[in-house]
Amino acid sequence: MADQYVHQLSPATLFDAAAELAAGDATSTSLCRQLLARHEATDNILNGYRQLESDAILEQAAAADARRSDGKPIGPYDGLPIAIKDNIAVNGQPCGCASRILEGYTAPYDATVVTRLKAAGMICAGRTNMDEFAMGSSTENSAYGHSCNPWNTECVPGGSSGGSAVAVASGQAFAALGSDTGGSIRQPASFCGIVGLKPTYGLVPRYGLVAYASSLDQIGPLTSDVRDAALVLDIIGGYDPMDSTSIPDTRTGFIDALDKGIEGLRIGVPKEYFDVDGLHPEVRQASEAAIRAFSDAGCEVVDVSLPSLRYGVAVYYVIATAEASSNLARYDGIRYGARYPDTDLMSTYFMTREKGFGKEVKRRIILGTYVLSSGYYDAYYLRAQKIRTLVRRDFAEAFKSCDVIIGPTSPTTAFRHGEISDPLQMYLTDIYTVPANLAGNCGISIPYGTDSSGLPIGVQLMGDSLCENNILRAGHWLMESGKS
Amino acid sequence: MKYDVVIGLEVHVQVQTATKIFCRCPNRSGAEPNTLICPVCMGYPGVLPVPNREAVRKTILAGLMCDCKIAEYSKFDRKSYFYPDMPKNFQTSQYDLPLCGRGYVQIAGIGFSGEELPAAEIGITRIHLEEDVGKSTHFGEYSGIDYNRAGVPLMEIVSEPDMTSPDQAYAYLTVLKQAMQYGGISDCDMEKGQLRCDVNVSLKPAGRTELGAKIELKNLNSFKSVHRALESDIERQAAVLDGGGELLQETRGWDDDLGDSYFLRRKEGDDDYRYFPEPDLMPMAIDNAWLEEIRAQVPETPEKRRDRFVAQYSIPEYDAGVLTADRPVADYYEETVNAGAPAKKASNWIMVELMRELSQANVPITESPISPTALAQLVTAIESADITGRQAKDIFVDMFKTGNDLETVKATLNIVKTDDSEIRNWARQAITANPKPVAEFKEGNEKSMNFLVGQVMKASRGNANPQSARQILIEELGKS
Repeated sequence: MADQYVHQLSPATLFDAAAELAAGDATSTSLCRQLLARHEATDNILNGYRQLESDAILEQAAAADARRSDGKPIGPYDGLPIAIKDNIAVNGQPCGCASRILEGYTAPYDATVVTRLKAAGMICAGRTNMDEFAMGSSTENSAYGHSCNPWNTECVPGGSSGGSAVAVASGQAFAALGSDTGGSIRQPASFCGIVGLKPTYGLVPRYGLVAYASSLDQIGPLTSDVRDAALVLDIIGGYDPMDSTSIPDTRTGFIDALDKGIEGLRIGVPKEYFDVDGLHPEVRQASEAAIRAFSDAGCEVVDVSLPSLRYGVAVYYVIATAEASSNLARYDGIRYGARYPDTDLMSTYFMTREKGFGKEVKRRIILGTYVLSSGYYDAYYLRAQKIRTLVRRDFAEAFKSCDVIIGPTSPTTAFRHGEISDPLQMYLTDIYTVPANLAGNCGISIPYGTDSSGLPIGVQLMGDSLCENNILRAGHWLMESGKS
Repeated sequence: MKYDVVIGLEVHVQVQTATKIFCRCPNRSGAEPNTLICPVCMGYPGVLPVPNREAVRKTILAGLMCDCKIAEYSKFDRKSYFYPDMPKNFQTSQYDLPLCGRGYVQIAGIGFSGEELPAAEIGITRIHLEEDVGKSTHFGEYSGIDYNRAGVPLMEIVSEPDMTSPDQAYAYLTVLKQAMQYGGISDCDMEKGQLRCDVNVSLKPAGRTELGAKIELKNLNSFKSVHRALESDIERQAAVLDGGGELLQETRGWDDDLGDSYFLRRKEGDDDYRYFPEPDLMPMAIDNAWLEEIRAQVPETPEKRRDRFVAQYSIPEYDAGVLTADRPVADYYEETVNAGAPAKKASNWIMVELMRELSQANVPITESPISPTALAQLVTAIESADITGRQAKDIFVDMFKTGNDLETVKATLNIVKTDDSEIRNWARQAITANPKPVAEFKEGNEKSMNFLVGQVMKASRGNANPQSARQILIEELGKS
């Protein structure tokens, strides 16, 4: 019976939990116990976490409660737990990227986002499952087994931040951090009926995020609602001297912007997003309904064009794999992680990488090595970078006439485990999410209705660089309007 | 010779900075293995590089000193290959947009082999900045890796194939080293691996334009071994060609003990390093204001400094040449003079006594136990006749041994300035005890005076100033 593990219908949020703490209606310990009980009841089926240490969590919760009863809480979020994707470093915790090759590896430092969460008093509670090294769209490529969609356990939760989406959607976490290289936050959020935000490239520091594709990766929150997404972004966002690609311009106060409503926001509809083969009719209808809702509420709806959409996935898989082939070269069994020794150095490299990496990771390393090879560089990598510039221009042009671009997050709702076995077909599930990574701007997936089989549908709102406020305001309004 | 020799050099120079190129680990050698490391220079999962501005500044300074064209826009690239001493299995380096482009240095003077070296310009192709790798040590059954060196900023200076003799290569290296030392860019201590040199040499029949097979020589541990290896390989290549043989592009190692090179590997085509722009680092725009600021820091060349020494301190050109050959020596000299030492005397003491002691103790002048101030005190004391030349030598030896200053050493050695009344006593005694020399002196025999001075010196156990002794003896003899 799948229903037994169904999603939280009225999920708890960080925001509400903080209010309960402030009012004395809850303690950090009681909140953590509630989540742990849920974990106990569901995760042996859902497999959202690859590791969760309840003792350590309760210890930190008790410390937070002590601070609060002393009248000295670190802040409003002191003692609130947040789940962390297995590719973000938390000092002293495993950081395995759901890969065999990092078995036994413990991170010796905190990612900047983790430092900031801890500074706010938050508890890094559990490592969530993912596609190995964030390569995948279904969380089926994990060395720790696949995760299941809480709405239907026969379905995938999406990926690569599938475990984070599962944890939030099933009530095991108020919020979770994920990473998004081509849609890895937004697509699982869409499949699991929650909110997933990919911030502007450079807004959230990447220091401590295990690199898949450095120029595309971005950390972001998976949450039950938009207010929590803004709340987490306020904590983790901002300039970091440890990340040379982080944007010096630091803006916060995202949570305060939500109440501004949607007045004056112009909604752009890219016709190419609705011309895609394989766009499921019910998904299309959900997006169209959302557009109507904005229009009915008085927003100006304009047609925009993103003609480079058709190249997005191809360009993405050239650039991402090229960077990945280099980023993953360090996993050789010499300094940390698993080593599969053989007779000599070269054989040890081969054996370690042969046994340590899964099939999809190997596929992408080989692809990336190929496109960077002398004689092929110009035809693939260089050309992909040029098209990437075109994608940026498309967005720049579109954002001249609108503030928010709306469309589906993914062409379909959650598919079944094993349903997509052709890698190319799997790559195409990222078609709507990849452009924001290529251009570096922000995007958010908002749950908006369900299909006829009861699976959630996501609507994506994209904003210009550093215009998170626009998509957060629009997303917040859209989600609230859907409730009534 | 019936062959033209074509030589090009690739020189790696560690840039002297407080910290490594992409993290805050100290940049220094000599520490226990793997004590100067962090997640960043170890390439741990999730880390990111942050470039060291000082390393970039010094690379640009090096470029300016070699008259290189400095890039307005430069970037880092990743160079991929697998080796255990390279933590990320790619090296963050520079590919198509190095910080410094085309430049040159001038060589001249007497070559290493003693022959006259006509003035020549040696072209610099480029200077780029990259990270050094760790250091592997092989212990038979296993290997160890020390990552202290991983991430030390490293410049690669590539020359044009402009050199035609081992003497030119030696002179080029000497000039480069002087420039790096003068710019405070690197000490270039080859024993510490601060300067490493690979040599490419090929022979072609005289007058032919087409280049011969390029032979790369590695494992060259001193400028002298560069010279020897080149001489040896030119001879070897000529013998092969003389015998009608063919040379293929290859890499050879140099065995300094055997004085011979050995085959390492054949090179076929270029390795594929799959360079691509480092996505974790932003491109660098070198703005004009900064460039001008660095340009203003370009130090005077050794040649200019030598001329200034002659003019400013009135020392012979020979002295100035010796003192300015190494920047630390020149710095030491100027500090000594600035501390009040008479210029010529200071020069003598540094060139003769100090250099001898330093070389015997195998200590660089920057770590000299005698500071410039201490040496200045000593030289000044001699000048003002506070101590005698003999005392000075004893004091110098003790200063070098202990590192103490003049007064401390004088106290230890119980050296006190003998006052005139004491000398007068000894003089009277000498006159009384040696009537014959006294009489001879009075008859005009100057040598007898030397004998009498010697007697006074002996009585004073060498502490009396001989000039004072002579003066007082003459006074006393005049009385009688």
